[in-house]
Amino acid sequence: MDLRIDALTHRYGETEVLNDINLDIPDGQIVCIVGPSGCGKSTLLRFIGGLERPTSGQVLQLSEPNPDSLNPFTFVFQDFALLPWRSAANNVRLVLEDHGLEKKEIDKIVSDVLARTKLSDFADALPKNLSGGMKQRVAIARALAVRPAVWLMDEPLSALDAQTRELLMDDLIGLWTRQPFTAVYVTHNLSEAVRLGHKIVVLSRRPGQIRKVIDIEIPIEQRQAGDPELTRIEKQLWHLMKNEAVAADQELLK
Amino acid sequence: MIRPVPFRGGGFRPKRIRGVGALVFVCLILFAEWGTRAGWISNLTLPRPSDVARTLFDLAASGLLWTHLSLSLARLGIGAFLGAGAGIVVGLMIGLSSVMRSGLIPLVAALFPIPKIALLPLFVIWFGIDETSKYALIAFGTFTPTVVSTYGAVDNVDRSLIRMAQSFGISTKSIIRKIVLPGAMPGILSGLRVSLAIAIILLTAAEMIGAEYGVGAYILEAGSLYDLERLFAGVTILSMLGVALSICLSLIEARVLGWRV
Repeated sequence: MDLRIDALTHRYGETEVLNDINLDIPDGQIVCIVGPSGCGKSTLLRFIGGLERPTSGQVLQLSEPNPDSLNPFTFVFQDFALLPWRSAANNVRLVLEDHGLEKKEIDKIVSDVLARTKLSDFADALPKNLSGGMKQRVAIARALAVRPAVWLMDEPLSALDAQTRELLMDDLIGLWTRQPFTAVYVTHNLSEAVRLGHKIVVLSRRPGQIRKVIDIEIPIEQRQAGDPELTRIEKQLWHLMKNEAVAADQELLK
Repeated sequence: MIRPVPFRGGGFRPKRIRGVGALVFVCLILFAEWGTRAGWISNLTLPRPSDVARTLFDLAASGLLWTHLSLSLARLGIGAFLGAGAGIVVGLMIGLSSVMRSGLIPLVAALFPIPKIALLPLFVIWFGIDETSKYALIAFGTFTPTVVSTYGAVDNVDRSLIRMAQSFGISTKSIIRKIVLPGAMPGILSGLRVSLAIAIILLTAAEMIGAEYGVGAYILEAGSLYDLERLFAGVTILSMLGVALSICLSLIEARVLGWRV
């Protein structure tokens, strides 16, 4: 589904958080949003997902979501947001229960998405017994289950250690190559952004404005860690952000 | 000189050690038995534990124990069920609705410190001298602490889970049933521990004021006759009732809250 963010500005009381954001999110692409901490990246994501309303401006759907999508705008959260009292399978089931589906169909979807995230053997495990990477895979399975039109990913790998992050990034790339999806991916990790993004949007520090939009032409499935072109873009991004990050850091000290 | 670095960690990790709790009881009882037999605790200070045990046994043998206990248990069960049930419902409403919160928290704060026993005469006028006034007293006494612990528990439910549910378009009804209620369950259950202890205290008080049978009436009668063996037998029954309720709650917690880390 194509989306357009149109002249979006937001204030919390006196403080302006986001200033005149204009951005197109094309169907089937992953748009990464990077920026220093406190620049309003996650807030922007909540506007896109309809969890909050901006002070002015709007987020427009330029096309209708696929009718078989149960929840067109679907989040994946940094802290996984799994119900600790439900097993992996039942956490997935939670988001299907309210749609009037037959039990048989729910079971089919649940076992399908658990298989796609390599969790079939852990269907009955409680979150407390799963590692961080597994928990996030359950959250990804849960998102897959509702067939999203747009994935809204809020630092999905930031709570994981570097090795797990690498593995999950491969999983995400695998999922996308098999069936391309539209996603807005918020992160502060630049190497994640250059590996996963078709388009990288750099936000300035508060009030967040778009500093630059970088398109990466290399197909996602061909990108390797350490690719010279990706390294160059990553350096360019860091160069764009460094002064902002320093300034944002100083700001928090005040 | 080569030596291992000094160890400064450890501790501050309470564990359950089996049997120590029972050992404390056994030691105390043996101590009292020894004192009363040796004579340095007079019979008027403390009855001999073995005599109390015999009194309890006689009471059970005469069948009166069951008369007292069944009446008391019925009062406790019905009163606590009504009070805790209403308390959980009102606590949930306060936890979920800003209007209810603003309207009812001051009222609960006003009701909480009232010594409920002082209201028994009023309840007798409202509900009559028979069972209903006792149910009302116990219900009222368990209601306020349950309300307070329930809305506290609802406040502590992880908001990120609720945001997650909203982002998946889950209905408010399902959010309450599938996220708020189970998320608040640890707090509600630990609140029930307090409420049920209060219920036992109020049960005894109500039975002391207007009842023919019941553990409270039994204690009162023994007290007025200075029959310390029977007084202690009654108190022992109440203690055991408290321990039994606490064990029941622990079992429920183990079953319902197995997901906790």
